[in-house]
Amino acid sequence: MQFPESWLRSLVNPALDTAQLAHAVTMAGLEVEALAPAAPPFSNVVVAEILSAEKHPDADRLRVCQVDVGEASPVTIVCGAPNAAAGLKVPCARPGATLPGIEIKVAKVRGVESFGMLCSTKELGLEGAADGLMVLDDDAPVGEDFRSWLNLDDTLITLKLTPNRADCLSMQGLAREVGAITGAEVRLPQVDEVVERIQDTLPVQVAAADACPLYLGRVVRGINAQAATPRWMAERLERSGIRPLLAPVDITNYVLLELGQPMHAFALSRLNGGIEVRLARAGETLELLNGQTAELAPDMLVIADAAGPVALAGIMGGLPTSVERVTVDVFLEAAFFAPAAIAGRARRLGLSTDSSHRFERGVDFGATRRAMERATQLLLEICGGQAGPITEAAAGLPTREPITLRLARLARVAGVAIDADDVVRGLIALGAGVERQDDRLIVTPPSFRFDLTIEEDLIEEAVRLFGYDNIPAQPPAAPSRMLPQDETVLADDSLRQMLVDLDYQEVITYSFVDPAWETALDAGARPLPLANPLASQLSAMRTTLWGGLLETLRHNLNRQQARVRIFELGRVYRSQTEQPMKLGGLAYGDVLPEQWGAAARRVDFFDLKGDLEQVLGRALDARRGAHPALHPGQCAEVWADGRAIGWIGALHPRLVQAFDLPSAPVLFELDSEVLAQRRLPRHATQSRFPSVRRDLAFVLDAHTPAGELLAVLHDAAADAVRAIDVFDDYRGKGMGENQKSLAIRVVMQDTERTLTDQEVEDAVQKLVDAALRQCNASLRA
Amino acid sequence: MNFVSFVDKFEIFQITAMRNPNEIVAEALAAIQGSADLPALEQVKAVYLGKSGQLTELLKSLGAMPADERKTAGARINEAKQAVEVALKDRRDTLQQAELDRQLAAETLDVTLPGRGAGRGGLHPVSRTLSRIQALFRSIGFEVATGPEIETDFYNFTALNIPEDHPARAMHDTFYLQSGELLRTHTSPVQVRYMQSHQPPLRIIAPGRVYRCDSDVTHTPMFHQIEGLWVDESVSFADLKGVLADFMRNFFERDDLPVRFRPSFFPFTEPSAEMDIGCVMCGGEGCRVCSHTGWLEVLGCGMVHPNVFKHVNIDTERYVGFAFGLGVERLAMLRYGVDDLRLFFENDLRFLKQFN
Repeated sequence: MQFPESWLRSLVNPALDTAQLAHAVTMAGLEVEALAPAAPPFSNVVVAEILSAEKHPDADRLRVCQVDVGEASPVTIVCGAPNAAAGLKVPCARPGATLPGIEIKVAKVRGVESFGMLCSTKELGLEGAADGLMVLDDDAPVGEDFRSWLNLDDTLITLKLTPNRADCLSMQGLAREVGAITGAEVRLPQVDEVVERIQDTLPVQVAAADACPLYLGRVVRGINAQAATPRWMAERLERSGIRPLLAPVDITNYVLLELGQPMHAFALSRLNGGIEVRLARAGETLELLNGQTAELAPDMLVIADAAGPVALAGIMGGLPTSVERVTVDVFLEAAFFAPAAIAGRARRLGLSTDSSHRFERGVDFGATRRAMERATQLLLEICGGQAGPITEAAAGLPTREPITLRLARLARVAGVAIDADDVVRGLIALGAGVERQDDRLIVTPPSFRFDLTIEEDLIEEAVRLFGYDNIPAQPPAAPSRMLPQDETVLADDSLRQMLVDLDYQEVITYSFVDPAWETALDAGARPLPLANPLASQLSAMRTTLWGGLLETLRHNLNRQQARVRIFELGRVYRSQTEQPMKLGGLAYGDVLPEQWGAAARRVDFFDLKGDLEQVLGRALDARRGAHPALHPGQCAEVWADGRAIGWIGALHPRLVQAFDLPSAPVLFELDSEVLAQRRLPRHATQSRFPSVRRDLAFVLDAHTPAGELLAVLHDAAADAVRAIDVFDDYRGKGMGENQKSLAIRVVMQDTERTLTDQEVEDAVQKLVDAALRQCNASLRA
Repeated sequence: MNFVSFVDKFEIFQITAMRNPNEIVAEALAAIQGSADLPALEQVKAVYLGKSGQLTELLKSLGAMPADERKTAGARINEAKQAVEVALKDRRDTLQQAELDRQLAAETLDVTLPGRGAGRGGLHPVSRTLSRIQALFRSIGFEVATGPEIETDFYNFTALNIPEDHPARAMHDTFYLQSGELLRTHTSPVQVRYMQSHQPPLRIIAPGRVYRCDSDVTHTPMFHQIEGLWVDESVSFADLKGVLADFMRNFFERDDLPVRFRPSFFPFTEPSAEMDIGCVMCGGEGCRVCSHTGWLEVLGCGMVHPNVFKHVNIDTERYVGFAFGLGVERLAMLRYGVDDLRLFFENDLRFLKQFN
């Protein structure tokens, strides 16, 4: 909300300068968003009258003017403006004046001495048409300082009001608030009842009393709609960001700003019969003042006449019944529409009006009549005419119930005792009725406060007026209890740190992605679509982290990064109840950063698998599987705790092409919750007896996975077998076409004694037999 | 050992009568000095001191000497032997040292070459900031709680005292799913979920992603918040101020950081406040970052609204609480001097690696 400081000061004038006032209201919760001068600085400009304007003897486009600047004799000024003419009143910069960017001196213009400059709006840095001189009203006092005559030494204040403070959406409300904050005296505008000169009325019927508990209407006849809006009113409207249009409209706008009551003026002759306030009927439409035709919904409140809706109640009037220059008779409306009946409707129609903004938040239902009188009074003053009696339809206005404020509760919540007398004084200044009963206050909120209904609301007011700054900032005292530390669950931060230590850079990508990525990665994916996405490439919730990681890879490859190792810890989204946390990663390029001391090699499946084994702290249970996004021969499903927890593999060549990548990255994605599960270490006595190692080279079918052989060997292992590991995978010379040799290291040890040769041989034989039987693997000759 | 030369010298000895030991010493010393490496030196030793070396043979010949000559000759030979041994040791030491020096020279590295090995990644600056904030709050007993990002209207709005059509909903540009659920607009729903399943006293922070339908220079449609909640029998607005002032000063490591609290409005707290800190960019002088006000708005906070407590059946007479919500990216930007919010989600490695 924007308004001129001078308007506020005409109602309440605390002994604070502009900056102090701004600080005071900001610290009371009315945040000052901006302070701007009403006009840029300039000096020594006066109101002047052009007495004569003759063509310059040596220049076709210049005129030599005799100008009355309020001194004994006129001065000569050469002027190039096309509209310079005798009789005009214009701003005149005297010699010595400073304008934005120029200093005015006595100067010869084509041989004629010129004593100043006649000014356009642009030269003064004011808004308005730039071509030609700024033409002032006929009654402008010649010789008077231009700034003070137009009240330009004013500041435009912009407030960022919170939605609970609808009462501050008017100058009257702000003045009251400033009075309460600063203690300064408040002088609200004087409003008298208008004398009724005619008896004309328009019948008003309210069919939706819940939505419209109060409706006031009044006929005013014989106005001159074309009457000029007085300069003081136009100035206040303009400085509040409203462009003056036509006097009756300006007046209702002025009352809205001054008293906070949105009003509407209908052209009486355009109304068909009486007024009905009702909900819109299915299929009704209304051409609004802004030219838009609104499709009305059955929960929208309308003002209707016999022919149909004429205004969208509390939001905007209709174009066909609006006041025009030729309008002579008007019907004024001032009503109270319930916030719930207005809220959200304007937004649905893509509208936000000064009126809907106020009604949604709550308009003072105790001052509707005052606003009607004020508007009528101004209308009669400015446009003439004769007013009829006010027609009132009232039913079920809100009531303000008394609220109890316990002073002890106030002190408990605030953390500091606040003087009861100060609280009472403050609440009264805010317009509330206050009765003190020992240690409690019985407070009746004023009709303009829609945000005061419970004790906490009053606590807030009391603390606010006391000043948040006056409450001490104290470190709280609380019982010292340690936080639980589950040693068997790895914290997210530790998981991240492990990946960092393994040379992965963490990234954070958007949770919403291009659904095309999702289906490219998995044709069966059904990503949840957003109803109101910002863009199509951000229109569906991700079902995998890979889309974002691949996009990040591409982004960085396009920026000359040849080696990309990234990970993300974040959720994927299947439904409201299923949003599991995943750890996903990608490696692309050389396994090591380019360096002099190590040969370059592309990162591959086993590098990634090794990294994950580091993270997991044990061997990864990776089983052959098929994932649509991964290379069918370089893809594994990862298992833990008896269930599949994710995938690891090289990107499918089809997707390498689809994502426009020079070569394939290797990727993984795992349930982070399972990854975080850790075993609590448990000590077992280490054997004091020597261990025995036997290396076995098995020859088997090249397609039999090492994991299968290892599983068989583990199953067949005698108790003394401590470890079985692969230490070579050999193919080629000496092997058959479809054969490979796996070299297996077996370590045996007993905790009680040294193993005998026979025991060792028996154990080995058991392994060899099992390998032959179950994997068709024979010992290499 | 060169067998041929050994035999030659032996033959020479056979035809000579007892040679003067001094001559032999002179000859041996010359040979010792002339030996270029340890094997050559050992060969020389064999020639003079070996089993049938020249001086050994001289000693053997003593037995054939008359007794009176034997004693003096024996002493002379032993002296000669000793002289040769000393020379041998000196030469051995010298040669060993030379050998070591050669080895060391051969093994010398260019220590100025870079080290070898894998690189190291880094945390995203938002993660880094989240960790830092969590560590600070954990240090005074706040536990970390989390909640879903796809939320229901109830948890995101209704339970937080934001009824349907409340103007406060317009402050939240909400993303909706086609199913009618929404992406949480703040981390405050975690408060509600946590209070449903835990009894006071409660002290939690809830970090996480939040979403608003807004994208421009200063807004990204996804960002991170940390919600804080403290519910106990005696927490007050003064405590709220104390905790948050303490946090900001520790986060920015500035004991003298000015802070102020302004009344504001959030449906789920009352009284509500916005917290400002003195601009950390200009020190309060006024700059572009603080819009020349000297102050930066950093978080919203307040005392938990009784309607929120009612939704989770917490006795408002017995318990009081405060809550706050802060924007993680904003704090990261201020802490690390990042001037464009959007950089956080472009994931340009050159940007990210600055924080490693």
